[in-house]
Amino acid sequence: MSTAADMPAEQLMVRAEGVHKRFGHVEVLKGIDLAVAPREVMCVIGPSGSGKSTFLRCINHLEKVDAGRLWVDGRLVGYRESGGKLHELKDREVAAQRREIGMVFQRFHLFPHMTALENVIEAPQRVKGVGKQAARARGTELLERVGLGDRVHNYPNQLSGGQQQRVAIARALAMEPKLMLFDEPTSALDPELVGEVLDVMRGLAADGMTMVVVTHEMGFAREVGDTLVFMDDGVVVESGAPRQVLTDPQHERTRAFLSKVL
Amino acid sequence: MATDTTTRSASPEQIRAVPVRHPGRWVAAAVIAVLVAMFVHMLVTNPVFQWSFMVDNMFSAPVLRGARTTLIMTVLAMVIGVLLGVVLAVMRLSPNPVVSGAAWVYVWFFRAIPRIVLLFFVANLGALYATYQLGFPFDRQLMDLFGFSGDLRFLDLDGNQIFTGFTAGLIGLALSEGAYMAEIVRAGIQSVDPGQTEAASALGMSRSTAMRRIVLPQAMRVIIPPTGNETIAMLKDTSLLIAVPVTIELNFQLRAIGSRTFQIIPMAVASILWYAALASLLMIGQHFLEKRFSRGFGARETRAQRAAREAREVGSTH
Ligand SMILES: Nc1ncnc2c1ncn2[C@@H]1O[C@H](COP(=O)(O)OP(=O)(O)O)[C@@H](O)[C@H]1O
Ligand SMILES: [Mg+2]
Repeated sequence: MSTAADMPAEQLMVRAEGVHKRFGHVEVLKGIDLAVAPREVMCVIGPSGSGKSTFLRCINHLEKVDAGRLWVDGRLVGYRESGGKLHELKDREVAAQRREIGMVFQRFHLFPHMTALENVIEAPQRVKGVGKQAARARGTELLERVGLGDRVHNYPNQLSGGQQQRVAIARALAMEPKLMLFDEPTSALDPELVGEVLDVMRGLAADGMTMVVVTHEMGFAREVGDTLVFMDDGVVVESGAPRQVLTDPQHERTRAFLSKVL
Repeated sequence: MATDTTTRSASPEQIRAVPVRHPGRWVAAAVIAVLVAMFVHMLVTNPVFQWSFMVDNMFSAPVLRGARTTLIMTVLAMVIGVLLGVVLAVMRLSPNPVVSGAAWVYVWFFRAIPRIVLLFFVANLGALYATYQLGFPFDRQLMDLFGFSGDLRFLDLDGNQIFTGFTAGLIGLALSEGAYMAEIVRAGIQSVDPGQTEAASALGMSRSTAMRRIVLPQAMRVIIPPTGNETIAMLKDTSLLIAVPVTIELNFQLRAIGSRTFQIIPMAVASILWYAALASLLMIGQHFLEKRFSRGFGARETRAQRAAREAREVGSTH
């Protein structure tokens, strides 16, 4: 729960070593080393374009890592290592890895042609083969847990942004992931709707979910986060206990960034 | 200041203004009314129309059979064309350049060929090979190579039987339609936010499940209106089946009666009425499909939601 520093590598939930990623000529990640322990909540902050989203997307292999290694729950992401060589995993195997990792996007990406409940039960039914009755029961339960028990039959466009994001969280939880990734989950929301989403995330953290959260909500980072990571220009500049990073930043870049957002 | 506020807060007088007159609209309506009257007068008084003859003949057994053939051909050619179009569109968007190139060539070729030319060609494929066999590619050559003899074929079709009449017409029209539908489906797929595929992948869905369950249903909204146009165009293009020839088709049957009885105009009018009626039927179908696939895109309350809300309201009044 606390930090990953004193934990054997194979027990970590996420381990990144020298992760590099380039788009064309532009190197977006320039060697990221990070470790997330089980039940840890890691918050990631940093200026726009610093590679936060790209790093999250590497964790569930939506982007391919160019160099370095990334493990989730002790297993290499997207590759298999045998005979000293890396072999790309088949689409089916990559999909199986992603099942264990929930992702929540800034712009929700709910399926607009499905009701809230249908959004939540789609993947359990089609991917895991859960029966319809069981999936609906579990889906209703999850929607109740995020406070939307009375909205199960609404389509996304009939819900507010905050409600949509909570459906998106329930949809990710329905796959029973062991790790949840949040990419600026409240950045597209009207200010008065931010709280309801953060409350749900706070509840998840309290239940012991391992979470990596890219966010600009410093209050949330300070209060819920176990670790705070400051990224800039494709590298981790500084990381540590949130309170310490926020009140006593060690690097000039961190200080400059925090003075702009706080 | 104080008086201002009191007058403002008092409910103001209802506005009763004199409306603007639109004399131009009245003139236009009058002109149209006269033209319609002239047209109806002509329809009623010109003896060439032979209305009772037309009505008697436009519902005769061969015409009804022709209408049925036309409708069935339209529906079948569209169903096959749409399926083919989906496959071609997915191929076209494939990262594999050979697969995508093959789809491009298909679309290019079949869009370039006039349907009537294509139908004539398909109808005469019987002349290319007498029998068409399904089997292992290059089977004879491969068997020879490995020192065996014989072949690996499991289905024999007589070319002169399959490439005639209805089947030939269906093959020609469906192949051609597939090319047009491929472009329509591709535009539809590309209209769907890539975030949708991403969200589906993040949930562990395979690419094909994501396409089938998430992308295509949303693409349908964009795909259906032009597909409606395609269907109506197909209805009209069934009259090209004369190139095969297919004679049990609506236009041919009506014209045959016209030529036989020398009542050309009545039967031509009958054709117009028949096609207008069948096209209207298809447009109604399109309307319902559009409604079905717009779920989640309007603010409309659905049946399940209304039921749930009513249940809640009933519950809360007790
Ligand atoms: N698919 C892509 N193709 C090309 N460039 C990209 C792509 N995705 C992100 N980038 C670039 O990578 C950099 C980092 O982006 P991102 O990870 O989204 O940053 P952040 O989330 O920290 O704002 C940006 O300069 C962005 O333009
Ligand atoms: Mg981002």
